[in-house]
Amino acid sequence: MKRSQPDPLSREQTPWLFAAALVTTLPHTLQQPWWLSALGGLLFAWAFLLWREDRRLPGRWILLALVVAGIAAILADFRTLLGREAGVATLVLFMAMKLLELRSRRDATVIVMLGYFLLLTHYFHSQDIPTGLWLLFALWVVTAALVRLQAATMPPRENLFQAGSLLAQALPFMLVLYLLFPRINGPLWGLPADAFTGQTGLSDSMAPGNIANLVRSGEIAFRVRFDEALPARQQLYWRGPVLESFDGRTWRQSTRPANPERIEELGPRIAYEMTLEAHGQRWLLALDAPVTLPAGANLDGRLSALAPRPVEKRQRLRLSSSPAYRLNTAESPLSLSDNLRLPANNNPQTRELARNWQAQANDPAEVIALALRHFREEPFHYTLQPPLLGRDGIDDFLFRTRRGFCEHYAAAFVVLMRNAGIPARVVTGYQGGELNPRDGYLVVRQSEAHAWAEVWLEQRGWIRVDPTAAVAPERIERGIVDALPAGEPLPAFLLRHGDWLHDLRHRWEALNNAWNQHILGYDTQRQRDLLSRLGFAVDWRQLVIALGLACALILALVTAWSLRQRIRPAPEIRLWHRAQRRIGIHCAPGETPLAFAARLRAADPALAARFDPVVRHFMLARYAPDNPNSLAALAAAVKRLPRRRIA
Amino acid sequence: MRLNLRELQQRLFGNPDDGLTPVTLDRRRIFILPSRAGLLFALTLLVMLLAAINYNLALGHALVFLLAGLGLVGMVHTFRNLHGLRITPGRCAPVFAGETAEFKLLLDNDRPGSRYGLMLEAEKGLSASSSVGGGNQASVGVPVHAHRRGWLPLPRTRLSTRYPLGLFTAWSYLQPGMRCLVYPKPLPQALPDGLWAAQGSGNGSGGQEDFAGFRERQTTDSLRHVAWKASARDDGSRPLLVKQFAGGSDSQLELAWSATDPTVDDETRLSVLTGWVLAADQGRIPFSLSLPGVSIPAGNGAAHRQRCLEALALFRT
Repeated sequence: MKRSQPDPLSREQTPWLFAAALVTTLPHTLQQPWWLSALGGLLFAWAFLLWREDRRLPGRWILLALVVAGIAAILADFRTLLGREAGVATLVLFMAMKLLELRSRRDATVIVMLGYFLLLTHYFHSQDIPTGLWLLFALWVVTAALVRLQAATMPPRENLFQAGSLLAQALPFMLVLYLLFPRINGPLWGLPADAFTGQTGLSDSMAPGNIANLVRSGEIAFRVRFDEALPARQQLYWRGPVLESFDGRTWRQSTRPANPERIEELGPRIAYEMTLEAHGQRWLLALDAPVTLPAGANLDGRLSALAPRPVEKRQRLRLSSSPAYRLNTAESPLSLSDNLRLPANNNPQTRELARNWQAQANDPAEVIALALRHFREEPFHYTLQPPLLGRDGIDDFLFRTRRGFCEHYAAAFVVLMRNAGIPARVVTGYQGGELNPRDGYLVVRQSEAHAWAEVWLEQRGWIRVDPTAAVAPERIERGIVDALPAGEPLPAFLLRHGDWLHDLRHRWEALNNAWNQHILGYDTQRQRDLLSRLGFAVDWRQLVIALGLACALILALVTAWSLRQRIRPAPEIRLWHRAQRRIGIHCAPGETPLAFAARLRAADPALAARFDPVVRHFMLARYAPDNPNSLAALAAAVKRLPRRRIA
Repeated sequence: MRLNLRELQQRLFGNPDDGLTPVTLDRRRIFILPSRAGLLFALTLLVMLLAAINYNLALGHALVFLLAGLGLVGMVHTFRNLHGLRITPGRCAPVFAGETAEFKLLLDNDRPGSRYGLMLEAEKGLSASSSVGGGNQASVGVPVHAHRRGWLPLPRTRLSTRYPLGLFTAWSYLQPGMRCLVYPKPLPQALPDGLWAAQGSGNGSGGQEDFAGFRERQTTDSLRHVAWKASARDDGSRPLLVKQFAGGSDSQLELAWSATDPTVDDETRLSVLTGWVLAADQGRIPFSLSLPGVSIPAGNGAAHRQRCLEALALFRT
């Protein structure tokens, strides 16, 4: 009945496979649904108990039932088995189940291969330095388990050492392959819908609270390295989506077709390189106003730079901007009327206030000044925790709560302007950034997310007006940490300047940036640059040849190194062999030195007379090892021997 | 010129040694190919590479490349696990047909590191595994089923290893000129009374006159010979005693070909004789053996037993 298992596993091998399964699945508990972690934990505990009690593993039918139940649960949760997340969940489940089917070496090999594959899936979530280090550790454990399969009796310490040594020897291959393997820019086929999840960034709409939520994230939105000096902080407006249509609560992008912008540059350009983190949208967050864009990118008619495709991976971009500019002095009537539109019967108090200002003022510029003065002089507060607003949100904010974040100020300002007959719109993006003194990069985080307003004036075009600056000028001049009132709880990552933690974070982020730029950012382009700098023609055929040669060279070196290790005979033995080589006559296997000397005497007495001291000193060095001089005497005696040609 | 398969095989895999001197494995004798696990590993890496390209995982590339390097390093080390290993043919203790012969090979490791996972296989499905410590030796018995009596030569032996990663199998063929003597399969049969030497009284207890002492009873001794009184003197914890008689020629067995049942085939008759030899030897009864063309005078002891079994093993071969 019972099938005979080829290569059954020994009891000592199993714990190593448990460890391999654990290190490869454990980090997934951070991402996968809780029930899967719980199920995996239970299966693992069961397998461990069976092993400890030396009991029989469950039968095939129980396992089959478990697999069916597990897959049904995954289908119920993810609605598919093919997506990225569902695929990983299935692999994790199989890994846990395989532990209950661990009978032969073949089962164990499956565990190890599955483990290697699961290691790769960790990178779906993060490719940062800690993940890299953890994976190196996990790789070590899995490889040790693989070695264990071939040497069940090996002492554990030697086993770990062997695995580490093999991995260390594999490192040169990795380096060469990483540098020379022809890079293909993915994707090779359509990615499943859940390929890019969990990315943070600006959205294409703005409702009260959106940006305040974003600000709580310490994630880096992008890094910038300016070719020349860092511009003044007040110029650092990174332009995202422009929101023109308002429904009383939410601001959205207008669907009106774009007219090309007409930008007049009024000052020198600023050139910079931006490393943009993936955010799943198309905008590139160029510095106001973008004038040159990377290939494929274009402006959307509202001065926002757009990538040809959503930014699904970290990108390096070359850009230049002109901070002093004039935009669309001759704007289309359609655009102007669009930017005056407000929902009917909404925010009546605001409307009345704006109409009053319009009546008072001589021209629109004066209305703007009145509005800003209103924000500055009335008791408005800048806070991350604004109270909830009712149906007439702008009225509530302007006349009742007076506590808000940049999005409240920008929205209220634009509604005021439109009520006063001035075309106005909301611009979202980022403002400011923090210079990392360690590597000179300007780091812009999600916490620098910002919203401001743009108004259109005759002859002057679209002008940026930042009402937040009227309420909390520190926000623009120094950043959000200084703008928030003292006592307001800060998100943990927002640290005050001068803190030692602050410096530590700078170092850590500079390290991460180097990692991103040089290791993760090594792509087709960088590969081409590096190779042409090394003098290779950039041609995949040459790459393959170079790669083959380099690998063959390393392989030869590793082989030579690993075969070289021999136990060296003791020095007196080596001298004894050298003496025989010198006279060209060899001691037969099993012949004692004295017998050899006697044979030599019979054959060639003259030679024997000179060889006798060698025999005597050899015997002394070999069998009376306490005398430190005997080795030197032996060496001297060997040197005195005549050289014979070997017949 | 036609080259037959055997010759070709000999040319490719055979080695020209006499089979008696030690053999040191060098690169010409070692073959290496990916194992099934190695192919699975390669497939896994390919899928991983595609995933890394598709999802643009820079570290995924690094992981795949590191594992590819690991595979190559594993290949070198699998080869290295055999390279420089010295194999010296040893002895092989005679066995009875139906048993498993163990051909001892001495494995010599002159490297500081241990060599693990060495597998020796001369017969399909029957293997011995071993490991040799650094600078050490290990003796391994290569098991071979002994089916028939006579000389059993050690077939071509495959020494293989998959250490350290199991992704490659390295192997070498050994052809030590070793042979093992296989005795006929013994048929356990009681010693018939008719075998006692003619000089005795004929009842199987010849030589009863000269009492020489007691000895412990063997299973082949008839209960009639037990010295009950002497046996009763101790508390019963020791085996029963039988009287032993000195009497030279008259207390011996004559195991003869002619005494076996002539109606059965020769091999069975040899098996019966082998069984008798073993029984007589166990009972420490001197015996002579006569086969057609072979005659071994009476005697006892290990050397005598071996001589008789050898004669039986090699009878008409």
